Amino acid sequence: MILRTLIFIVGLLFITLTLAGWLTWVERRLLAVWQDRLGPNRVGPFGTLQALADAIKLFTKEDWVPPFADKSVFVIAPAIILIAVLMSFVIVPFAPGLLLANLNIGLLFFLAMSSLSVYSIVLGGWASNSKYALLGGLRAAAQMITYEVFLGLSVMGPVLLAGSFRLTDIVEAQQELWFVVPQFLGFVLFLIAGVAETRRLPFDLPEAETELAAGFHTEYSGMKFGMFFIGEYLGMILLSAMITTLYLGGWHGPFLPPIVWFLLKSSFFLVLFILLRASLPRPRLDQLMSFGWKVLLPLALANLLATGAVVLMRGG
Amino acid sequence: MLSILRTMWDVFLHVFKRPVTIPYPEQKAVLSPRYRGRIILSRDPDGGERCVACYLCAVACPVDCIALQATQDETGRRYPEFFRINFSRCIFCGYCEEACPTYAIQLIPEFEMGEYDRQNMVYEKEDLLIAGEGKYHGYNYWKVAGAAIGGKDKGEAERESPPVDLHSLLP
Repeated sequence: MILRTLIFIVGLLFITLTLAGWLTWVERRLLAVWQDRLGPNRVGPFGTLQALADAIKLFTKEDWVPPFADKSVFVIAPAIILIAVLMSFVIVPFAPGLLLANLNIGLLFFLAMSSLSVYSIVLGGWASNSKYALLGGLRAAAQMITYEVFLGLSVMGPVLLAGSFRLTDIVEAQQELWFVVPQFLGFVLFLIAGVAETRRLPFDLPEAETELAAGFHTEYSGMKFGMFFIGEYLGMILLSAMITTLYLGGWHGPFLPPIVWFLLKSSFFLVLFILLRASLPRPRLDQLMSFGWKVLLPLALANLLATGAVVLMRGG
Repeated sequence: MLSILRTMWDVFLHVFKRPVTIPYPEQKAVLSPRYRGRIILSRDPDGGERCVACYLCAVACPVDCIALQATQDETGRRYPEFFRINFSRCIFCGYCEEACPTYAIQLIPEFEMGEYDRQNMVYEKEDLLIAGEGKYHGYNYWKVAGAAIGGKDKGEAERESPPVDLHSLLP
């Protein structure tokens, strides 16, 4: 039993990390397709080994800690994001019986871990002790607090409908009807908040190459930068998995085996995130904040109220 | 909100567009005949050098990459003693071609001039001279110029009358 769990853990680590690396290639190729280019197509068949080449490059780069940085925090920050995101994969139900820990507070665990990963960005930005990194860190702190709020509020819809924080219960409750139908508003809110939470475009203000060089990871190089990078892509995968679990019925689907349905739905959202990056410009920080507090938060509250009322009326 | 969705849809439709990238080493771009690439020195139809070493190209060159030295053969025909172009400086602007009064210096549609050694970027006259006439066929400067050179005296050029004998004009 323990051995089986260990094998599952190692396999999950291997698959998620490989997938995250490979996703960088997928993203570059898809962006290229949408910009009438070709993208990386030289390393391996169709360029699929590009991620491997990039990894080798990152590992052989000089691992430099700036003399003006707060060394211990600077070194620890990239590890936090990787650990936090990887920990979240513990509660993702890939298929019936195919999950590591069936926590009864699974969803809360996910929220907690995604809040922890913010520390990585903020600490990394502040420990770097440079202007760009500091600005990136500040923006990250502001953005994460804003979007964390209604990320949490919007997932309360599925929780109310399923009557449980356990993710397997939420998936089982979607046997007849996926929650995307009764909870469409909540789904859209969760999608927006999730994109902001993973700092993907158009909400990549902490990074913002055009304004802040590279934002919070300006001073990072080598594999420390690589960990931030991989963390972002892992966050994308995690978010797609969570959207699938919470709103699209998880592994449910006709004909195909459950795991295939789960992967199909998740990859649809991965492609959607890349499409978002390809098409939308980055908003200003004040636009982002006012959009979050003045539009999305009231909507999330109203959604929660309405859902609660319906559940009460049905005598839940 | 709707505009955001429409933007995403429009971007997605690019899936059905052909990429504009030309994967270069396997597939070559079609260059126009007037493409400004490598610089050559052409010859006239008789096989002689067209260049008369007038220095106009060296003067016109904005980056000073052309160096030459004029000299004359025993018949009075001017030609460059050496003609050197430093292609690590050349910006391929084509001003030298415009300045040339004898169509000698020309830019051709060839650009694959990569070298591992910087010194190899310096082309001497024998590297620059080609066997043919380049873009302007049948033009021979010395045949139409009034200057006297070996085998051709004043007034013997094409479309040129012999010089007037001043003494025959006397009353």
